Amino acid sequence: MSRPPIEQKENKGETLNEDYFIYPHRSYGMDHDRYKWSLLKDRKPIIWPSEKKIALWINIALEFFPLNMPAKPFKALGGTVTSYPDLRHFTLRDYGNRIGFFRVSNAIASAGFKNVTVALNSEVAERYPYLLEYVTQKNWEIIGHGINMSHLSYTGLDYKNEDENITSAIEYLEKISNKKLKGWWSPSRSESWDTPDIIAKNGIEYFCDWINDDMPYEFRTSNGNLIAMPHQHWISDAMCYLHYKHKEQDFIDQAIDQFNFLLQETKKQGGRIMAITIHPWASGQPHRIKALESVLNYFAESNEVWNANGYEIMQHWKKQQ
Amino acid sequence: MKKDLKLYDYLPWDHRPKLRWPNGAKLAFWVAPNIEYYEIDPPSNPLRTPWAKPIPDIVPYSERDHGNRVGHWRMMEVMDKYGVRGSISLSVALLDHHPEIIEACKDRDWEFFSHGIYNTRYSYTMTQEQELKIIDDSIENVEKHTGQRIAGYLAPALTHTEKTMDLLAKRGILYTCDLFIDDQPFPVNVKEGKFISIPYSLEMNDIIVYNSYMMPPRHYAKMLKANFDRLLLDGENSGTVMCIPLHAYAVAQGHRLAAFDDALKYITSHKDVWVATGKEIAEYFYTNYYDEYISAIDNFNNKYMR
Repeated sequence: MSRPPIEQKENKGETLNEDYFIYPHRSYGMDHDRYKWSLLKDRKPIIWPSEKKIALWINIALEFFPLNMPAKPFKALGGTVTSYPDLRHFTLRDYGNRIGFFRVSNAIASAGFKNVTVALNSEVAERYPYLLEYVTQKNWEIIGHGINMSHLSYTGLDYKNEDENITSAIEYLEKISNKKLKGWWSPSRSESWDTPDIIAKNGIEYFCDWINDDMPYEFRTSNGNLIAMPHQHWISDAMCYLHYKHKEQDFIDQAIDQFNFLLQETKKQGGRIMAITIHPWASGQPHRIKALESVLNYFAESNEVWNANGYEIMQHWKKQQ
Repeated sequence: MKKDLKLYDYLPWDHRPKLRWPNGAKLAFWVAPNIEYYEIDPPSNPLRTPWAKPIPDIVPYSERDHGNRVGHWRMMEVMDKYGVRGSISLSVALLDHHPEIIEACKDRDWEFFSHGIYNTRYSYTMTQEQELKIIDDSIENVEKHTGQRIAGYLAPALTHTEKTMDLLAKRGILYTCDLFIDDQPFPVNVKEGKFISIPYSLEMNDIIVYNSYMMPPRHYAKMLKANFDRLLLDGENSGTVMCIPLHAYAVAQGHRLAAFDDALKYITSHKDVWVATGKEIAEYFYTNYYDEYISAIDNFNNKYMR
C-alpha cells in the first residue's frame, strides 16, 4: 500500500533510449502544477479560536464494501479477499455500520467531543437511512466518500464514468441530507488526473486525498482552487490494525506521540491540526474500542484543544491567509 | 546472469586487522538521510515499474513530498539537537527542485553523496556509457550547487548493473553504500583504482523497519538501541560502524519523531563513539587500514582459499 513494488523481472536485452536521460521537469518546485512547493515551517502561523494550539478533527468513515468488488485497479484496504461470496470480509466491514459506529459514537460523546466529520459512501446512506438521520441529528458534518469502496477513481476509468460516479455520490448525499456538501475524500485516496477537477466542478471546497502536508494548502483545479486538508492516513485505525497489523497499544502510542509532537511544534510555529481517522469496522470492535477511548480521553484532558469539523477548520485557516 | 559478481573477498571476522577509530573510539556512527525526489510520471524502465498503482499514484507520491515539505526540517532539528551531521544520499535533481533543503544542509556542513538523479530513474539495463552519464551528472551538479566533490554512492532505488562498482571507482568515488556484507568497511574489487564498501544498513533503515517489517515507532527505537549496544560491545575488539539510513517521509512523521529523538539521545550519550560522516569514515579507513586489509586478504587467500 505504501511503497512501490519491487519486482523480479528478466532482462530480455531491452535497452534504454536517450529519453531516459532527459529530465523535462528538472527545475525549481514540483514536477506538476497542482500546487506550489512550500515549506510548512515558513508558513504564516495560524491561530485557532480561543487561542487553542490544536484543532482536533475527528473523522469517521462509513463505508460499504460490496461482495462483488472488482480486482482492478486494486481493492481498497478492507476489501474482499476470498472467492465469491466472501461473506467473511463483507460482514466484518458491515459490522461497522451496525454495531461499531455506535460504540465509536459513544466513545466520542463520553470524551466530551461534539464536532465530527463523517465521510459517507453514498450507498451507505441509501442502504441505511437511519445512519444519515443519526449523523444529522448530532449536527455532524457529512462529506462525500464516493459511491462505495469499489467505485474508485483511477487513470484507466474513462472521464465520463468517473464524472458520473463522483457527481451521483455528491448529488445523492446533498438530496437526502438537504445540505450542500463541502468536503470530499476519494475512496482509498485513489485519483485519476481529473479527479480534483471533477470534485471542484461539483462545488466541493476541500478534499482529503493527498498526504503531503500537516496543514491545509491551495490545490489548483480547472474549476478553481480546492483546499487540500491534512487528513490522517498513517495512524488511521484501518492502517494501524489492518495494514501494519499493530496492537491496540501501538494505536494509542502513535496517536499520543503525534499529538504531543504537534503540540510542541506549535511553540515555534502556528496552530496545528490533529486529525484522527476512524473506521467503525476497525475501532468499533469490542476489544479495540478501549484504545480509541484512551486516545480521545487523552485529547480531552488537554487544555489546548479546539474540536471542530473539517469545514470549520478549513474556514478558520482560510480567513487567515 | 552470473552466480556472483565477485565484488569482494572473504575475510572472516577473526582474521581482520584491529580497527580503532579516531581518539580510540570503538564505534563510528553515521546517519544517512535519503533526500529524494520521486517523479509523479516517470518514463518506464523495462525492469522496474515506478508506482504500484495507476499513475498518478497519489498516496506514495504525496507521502514522499511530505518528507521534503514537512519532515526534513523536523528530522534536521532532532539531528542538530544531538550534534549529528547528516551524510545525504541525494536524488541529484533535488538540487534544482528544492534548493532550500540543500542550503540548510550546506549551512550545517552535511555531506552530499549521490543517490542517482531521481529515485524513479533506475540503473537496470543501462549501458556503461549511460550509467557513467548518471555518475558524471551527479559529480558535476553536486559540485556546482554545494562545492563538494561527491565521495559516496547509493544506487538510485538500489538498482544496479554488473558494472556499477567499476564505474564508481573509475570516476574516483571513494565508497559505496550498496553492499550489506559487513559491520566494518571493506575493500571492493574493481577493475581500476581503489574502492570500499562502508556499512549502510537495510536492517536499521526506517523504510524497511516501518514498511517491510511494519514495526511501530517505539519498537524502532528499541531496535536502534539494541543494534548500537551490540556494535559498541563488539567494537571493544575491533572498531565497528553503525549507520542509520533515514527518509524524512518516514522517520519525521509526527507520530514517529519522538522515537527517533529517543534513539539518537541514547546513542550520542555514550563515550567511545565517533560521530562522523560517510566520507570521514571512508577516508580514515583508506589512510589507516586499507593497505593492511589488502595484506590480510592476501594472507588469508594464500592460506585458505584454493
